[in-house]
Amino acid sequence: MSSSDTPSEKPGQQNPEAEAEVTRRDFLNEIAAAALGVAGLGATVVTIKYLSPNVLFEPPTQFRAGSPDDFPVNSVTFIRDQEVYVVRTLAGFYAVSAVCTHLGCITQWKPEDDQIECPCHGSKFTREGTKIAGPAPRPLPHFALRLTADGQLLVDKLETVKETQVLKV
Amino acid sequence: MATTWTQQTLNHLRRTRAWKSIFRRGPARTNRTRSLAIFGNIFLHVLPVKVREKSLRLRATYYLGSFSFFLFVVLTVTGVLLMFYYHPAVPEAYRDMKDLRFVVANGVFLRNLHRLAAQVMVAAVFWHMFHVFFRGGYKPPHEFNWVVGVGLLLVTLFLSYTGYLLPWDQLAFWAITVGTNIISYVPILGHPIRFLLLGGNIIGENALLRFYVLHCVILPLAAVILIAVHFWRIQKDGGLTVREDHERKG
Repeated sequence: MSSSDTPSEKPGQQNPEAEAEVTRRDFLNEIAAAALGVAGLGATVVTIKYLSPNVLFEPPTQFRAGSPDDFPVNSVTFIRDQEVYVVRTLAGFYAVSAVCTHLGCITQWKPEDDQIECPCHGSKFTREGTKIAGPAPRPLPHFALRLTADGQLLVDKLETVKETQVLKV
Repeated sequence: MATTWTQQTLNHLRRTRAWKSIFRRGPARTNRTRSLAIFGNIFLHVLPVKVREKSLRLRATYYLGSFSFFLFVVLTVTGVLLMFYYHPAVPEAYRDMKDLRFVVANGVFLRNLHRLAAQVMVAAVFWHMFHVFFRGGYKPPHEFNWVVGVGLLLVTLFLSYTGYLLPWDQLAFWAITVGTNIISYVPILGHPIRFLLLGGNIIGENALLRFYVLHCVILPLAAVILIAVHFWRIQKDGGLTVREDHERKG
């Protein structure tokens, strides 16, 4: 490649062969910089790992809501400690989250209006968790509901299920 | 002119070996020794040796930057004093806050001074930013210092936000619930960031401890470093912005 037909080449630039020559000092500097880079990256990854706890002392996500007979037909029961509504319809049971999908406030069941309302920013939901009004981006999720061997309702908050899924007892 | 007793004592002190070993200079009577007084002092050397008279006029800055820094110092002093009585744990945190209000001597004064100074500081930093913006103080050669200032604004807001949780009352809990849920709306990284910030999925002991460490160590350190760069840059960029027409009018 001749220098005359490459106008992009800056004036005063040394010829490429001299530039390609790497001195021992440059080589060692680059090795050291790379080693520091790898060590720094490793330290960052290890620190982020360190900062994410492996064991959490948080309330259990599975809980017993009680016997099915405790819930009258056509009722919404708020389980305060677990922030879940257990709803019984003619068809059966389902569990709806009481945590607003907007910014995590705890909603309230208003029997007089037959709807679930969030006190923070005014989102409103039906008892099925479907949004009626407000800034909530998603409906309230339904949690898995099962019967234990001794006939109690067991809610699993880690497992969300479809709205159509109803537990028949 | 007769020298007063304090001047005589000071002159005598200046001749002692201990004074000379600390300050290494005579009294600041000439421009050179006045400059040395600034250069030779670690706390003053980031400040300019000379300032234009115009930039000291009240309307030039309203001293909003200095006022914000003063509030930062007040918050550091009162904050460190509050730390002597505060445990970042459940349920001690709330009780300690109540103790500071009702039991500890002058506790309510210190707590309210810290709380109110924090609120005033957020307002002062914003006011400072608006003032710099409308005066054109962000223009060359001050562009980088504007960026540092934006960093300081963010650190101020994060300090305010992390301090919000520490009383561990209902206001604190729901404010942090809403705030950290806003974080989780960040695409892809939202939930991991929230998990790291809270040290779990719920606002519990881990979250309180993390916010405490951020509030008392990490963010104040970041603020001190940025403040040092911010002040030093004012000097390097040739002092505060003074409008040409102000300069002409005198």
